[in-house]
Amino acid sequence: MPGKLKVKIVAGRHLPVMDRASDLTDAFVEVKFGNTTFKTDVYPKSLNPQWNSEWFKFEVDDEDLQDEPLQITVLDHDTYSANDAIGKVYIDIDPLLYSEAATVISGWFPIYDTIHGIRGEINVVVKVDLFNDLNRFRQSSCGVKFFCTTSIPKCYRAVIIHGFVEELVVNEDPEYQWIDRIRTPRASNEARQRLISLMSGELQRKIGLKVLEMRGNAVVGYLQCFDLEGESGLVVRAIGTACTLDKLSSPAAFLPACNSPSKEMKEIPFNEDPNPNTHSSGPSTPLKNQTYSFSPSKSYSRQSSSSDTDLSLTPKTGMGSGSAGKEGGPFKALLRQQTQSALEQREFPFFTLTAFPPGFLVHVGGVVSARSVKLLDRIHNPDEPETRDAWWAEIRQEIKSHAKALGCHAVVGYSESTSICEEVCILSASGTAAVLNPRFLQDGTVEGCLEQRLEENLPAGCGFCHIPYDELNMPFPAHLTYCYNCRKQKVPDVLFTTIDLPTDATVIGKGCLIQARLCRLKKKAQAEANATAISNLLPFMEYEVHTQLMNKLKLKGMNALFGLRIQITVGENMLMGLASATGVYLAALPTPGGIQIAGKTPNDGSYEQHISHMQKKINDTIAKNKELYEINPPEISEEIIGSPIPEPRQRSRLLRSQSESSDEVTELDLSHGKKDAFVLEIDDTDAMEDVHSLLTDVPPPSGFYSCNTEIMPGINNWTSEIQMFTSVRVIRLSSLNLTNHALNKNFNDLCENLLKSLYFKLRSMIPCCLCHVNFTVSLPEDELIQVTVTAVAITFDKNQALQTTKAHVEKSLQRASTDNEELLQFPLELCSDSLPSHPFPPAKATSVDYSSFADRCSSWIELIKLKAQTIRRGSIKTTVTVEKTSPMGEGNFRNRSAAPCANSTVGVVKMTPLSFIPGAKITKYLGIINMFFIRETTSLREEGGVSGFLHAFIAEVFAMVRAHVAALGGNAVVSYIMKQCVFMENPNKNQAQCLINVSGDAVVFARESELEVVSTQQPAANCQPACTGGEVTT
Amino acid sequence: MTSELDIFVGNTTLIDEDVYRLWLDGYSVGDAVALRVRSGILEQTGATAAVLQSDTMDHYRTFHMLERLLHAPPKLLHQLIYQIPPSRQALLIERYYAFDEAFVREVLGKKLSKGTKKDLDDISTKTGITLKSCRRQFDNFKRVFKVVEEMRGSLVDNVQQHFLLSDRLARDYAAIVFFANNRFETGKKKLQYLSFGDFAFCAELMIQNWTLGAVDSQVDDMDMDLDKEFLQDLKELKVLVADKDLLDLHKSLVCTALRGKLGVFSEMEANFKNLSRGLVNVATKLTHNKDVRDLFVDLVEKAPGPLGPLHGHPPWLPPAPLS
Repeated sequence: MPGKLKVKIVAGRHLPVMDRASDLTDAFVEVKFGNTTFKTDVYPKSLNPQWNSEWFKFEVDDEDLQDEPLQITVLDHDTYSANDAIGKVYIDIDPLLYSEAATVISGWFPIYDTIHGIRGEINVVVKVDLFNDLNRFRQSSCGVKFFCTTSIPKCYRAVIIHGFVEELVVNEDPEYQWIDRIRTPRASNEARQRLISLMSGELQRKIGLKVLEMRGNAVVGYLQCFDLEGESGLVVRAIGTACTLDKLSSPAAFLPACNSPSKEMKEIPFNEDPNPNTHSSGPSTPLKNQTYSFSPSKSYSRQSSSSDTDLSLTPKTGMGSGSAGKEGGPFKALLRQQTQSALEQREFPFFTLTAFPPGFLVHVGGVVSARSVKLLDRIHNPDEPETRDAWWAEIRQEIKSHAKALGCHAVVGYSESTSICEEVCILSASGTAAVLNPRFLQDGTVEGCLEQRLEENLPAGCGFCHIPYDELNMPFPAHLTYCYNCRKQKVPDVLFTTIDLPTDATVIGKGCLIQARLCRLKKKAQAEANATAISNLLPFMEYEVHTQLMNKLKLKGMNALFGLRIQITVGENMLMGLASATGVYLAALPTPGGIQIAGKTPNDGSYEQHISHMQKKINDTIAKNKELYEINPPEISEEIIGSPIPEPRQRSRLLRSQSESSDEVTELDLSHGKKDAFVLEIDDTDAMEDVHSLLTDVPPPSGFYSCNTEIMPGINNWTSEIQMFTSVRVIRLSSLNLTNHALNKNFNDLCENLLKSLYFKLRSMIPCCLCHVNFTVSLPEDELIQVTVTAVAITFDKNQALQTTKAHVEKSLQRASTDNEELLQFPLELCSDSLPSHPFPPAKATSVDYSSFADRCSSWIELIKLKAQTIRRGSIKTTVTVEKTSPMGEGNFRNRSAAPCANSTVGVVKMTPLSFIPGAKITKYLGIINMFFIRETTSLREEGGVSGFLHAFIAEVFAMVRAHVAALGGNAVVSYIMKQCVFMENPNKNQAQCLINVSGDAVVFARESELEVVSTQQPAANCQPACTGGEVTT
Repeated sequence: MTSELDIFVGNTTLIDEDVYRLWLDGYSVGDAVALRVRSGILEQTGATAAVLQSDTMDHYRTFHMLERLLHAPPKLLHQLIYQIPPSRQALLIERYYAFDEAFVREVLGKKLSKGTKKDLDDISTKTGITLKSCRRQFDNFKRVFKVVEEMRGSLVDNVQQHFLLSDRLARDYAAIVFFANNRFETGKKKLQYLSFGDFAFCAELMIQNWTLGAVDSQVDDMDMDLDKEFLQDLKELKVLVADKDLLDLHKSLVCTALRGKLGVFSEMEANFKNLSRGLVNVATKLTHNKDVRDLFVDLVEKAPGPLGPLHGHPPWLPPAPLS
């Protein structure tokens, strides 16, 4: 009997009128967990019932605790007929199952009905008494912490990063069961909500078990997705990164741990197996001996590799030691071997993280991606979802081999996605091939020395750019130059990655959002013919998306992309490709060349003129962009740099494995062969259109920046105002003249207009930056395109933004070194803001444009509340007293945002897709929020049409997320993501349905101003380690 | 290419004050867009008309969804669906319940019934205020009236508590409710020169001094109805005109009280007898409902004297209670 769940129903408010005669409601509540149900008494004739129930106690297995949601149903008692349901609340009790998170769930939850939306609120208290269970064969994994955040959470330290965990569960979709024909839409929706809740609980438990098996205690970068496969079922799948995390109590407590490796350095012989991981015994031993006994060379590395693709693992330092420093070579090789062995044991050396502890990421190879088109079939045995598992395993293998080809042993920033249309499904996976530091992959006590030696050779800020593959044995044609920063190692001319910009990277100027958008028409077809058609189109799409990205990057005068996410969506009669990334200028990489236009028919004079006109326009745009994004790299003498015209380095591999012949693998080289990629040949009108469309992208209005990464490169003085939002647009294409070009233009306009609308709407926040801009495209019907955007607007201080790039570079270097010591948590810019050298403007943020009138209004409300008890008539309150209370009212408001529930009004809960809150410190993680809602209507017109319906629904979803967070005792959701927003309409029948799935991490944060005492003490305490940190890095 | 669906939902609900005003003023989305274009917002922000249209639609939809909550402002404070900073909530409420001077003068003292609502068309044409805005204002009056009608305690406080209005606006609503309840005639041509502020001032003094609540705050604390006994007692005031001694005494007391405080003091002093007679005649008739309704008409007709309106202080109003 491992757990006792206790639930108390306190009260309800704002209930709907259920009895027309009396305009009142006789409400009672059913509390259900598993198969046990309790009921409260009926509270007659009230819209604000006070049940104040006893504690309902459920005695359950912890397996059930993890899987099952707590179901609370509010009903209206009816003496003569069946009781009417008012609505439901599902509460995920998972956060109560691990000790450090929430201890109690208590608060007002919106009562939700899938047909009517939110109908009042209910106050519930939930507690769990958990007994320790020492059974080794248990099926539960209570205690494993889950984080959506794709970096090491702020108040934790990563001891070991174990690696990839994945799981999927399948079931029949209740919407497609026979019973659905006879039950009400409400019953069907609720069955679906309940099932998905149950499935995600089960999934989380199973992943937890895997983590325990790996001896981890947490999953970071947990991403759970649903595939609504229609007839063939419902798949819930999740990936994440297993870690062993240590809670940081105070910075000082961590220091000895950090210093200890260097002390032990001499005692540890280099040939000792540095990998205490039990899984790594056996096969890796001979390899390691070699590592120690011989100086690194090609020969041994060939021995170690089992296939030809591993050739590129040859340590390049074998040849390059002259430039890398004498002792650097062997150590680096040793490191490589060690890392490889640590990773070799794993089936998939993948990491869903996008930001890493300093020193973790050694080199970045480039983006690796794989796609596969599959035909869906009914899943016959839900307990053995072998086909789906096999599909994903296949894709992951592909990714792994791509990474190997790039000389990398790991993939970071890894993610998976699907796009389904009828019975065809595109599975996609992508990530960034990388070489990692083994320090975090094993037990943290032994290695230290290696890593420190390594860092001596790696100048901060450019190390990750250095190529991991062998120069003489390159997997694809690329142009290499010596690093512009350290001049010792080779770097590519362009770098594409799916991760966030490493914090120690040296960036010149600011970054910007770069998008490639593409549509391709496709004939309508059935089943296999359809799958084949899609498979044939995919490589072309991929190629064009890459070309567009590359051209736009050049047009911006930048040389690297971070956070690249390519989404290919399949519809009945078209394919859509949308790639988003944040372009930056990395100081370590060469200056990008311009774009040359060449005509195919040079004899025509006017044509020539046109071409030169275009060329001029392009050159002007590049110059303008360089100015806009403040890209002014220092001039470098040309002697060590290779040819001034860079050659293409862009690469990606594509897997086309059709369902009928999945063994056949075609690789596509996207590197444009030997041709110079940046000469655009205009040979027909299509090409001309392409060039035009390049130039139509309008930069954001002044004062606005946008990026799809966590933070904007080049801005590091955020103020505390944030506004998270979701915007959805659906356009209907006129079915008549659908050409690829019209389609492209429509799609392009849709995205551009959407961005313009966002800039306009958020203009009051200027200067601000749209961060983590996340576009999702779906094709709900033949002629409909739906684009969903979620992002957060963050204000920043303009004055401080004007600091010179040089100062920024110095600062970032400095920060990198101090952060190295300081906690190994992620050194986001805001951390440094707490230092006294960057005083935070304390009051400015919360109300930027509220007039004094508004201030007075707020105080009126405060005043009225105060007055509530002291009703006195006739006495005329003068405005003077109102004014006097005004500052107090404002003060209350500000405090409330930090400490919710202190006041009677609703506490503010912030939501952000980022992993941090500007100007604040996250003090506690309360658990994962993972919610799934369905909303349906049969009175679409009455609810304000499709816009009104969806607007209200999304607002309700936000409200329910906030309510859950507040009930856990939190005041913010970080790493918030809307993973799914499936919208279907049938205006003729006046009906619409929408499914939304959101997730995030519930946290408690405290404003930095409140932590002032702590932060002023911190630098003093850190003084000592900061010095040693400096020694290590230089 | 047509936009089927176009929405923006923020975690904090965005409120654009300018669009809110246009919405409150009853403009259609099209008119509102045209007005915004005229304000030069496109040039300032570099936005396109399509962006403006989408933005306006979006705000209108938000306001429409908030309207239900604005009908019971405490609900707006406690609801969970829209996260709005308290200062913005107060602004929404205050602006929603704000009314036009021109409109309130048309309906002040009228019964807030369906009949009056039918006349809103005419009022709209007459005042130039959109019918939609007229309806909102009328419904606001009616809603406040319904809520506080049967309540005990201070009228102003009741309004303030249940509608979370500012002090000034709550007092205005108290006046509107008080006038509507007692059906004072204010629409006659003779009364046109009086502003709503003038009437509100009267209402406040009447509530303080003439109602049931004013007489005995313990027993029947009602601010809405005039104290019948008090009106009956006013009949006794005849002596102030009939008895010469009392007239003189009254005059000297009034003059002492007002000396130096009134710009037109000398005229008042000279005309005191006429003024006093007029006022007393009005006062003694107040036992009939019809005469109560015509109170302000009678005051202007029978006790105007040479005195014009003085700084919003009607000259015929007794400066101090006589009882």
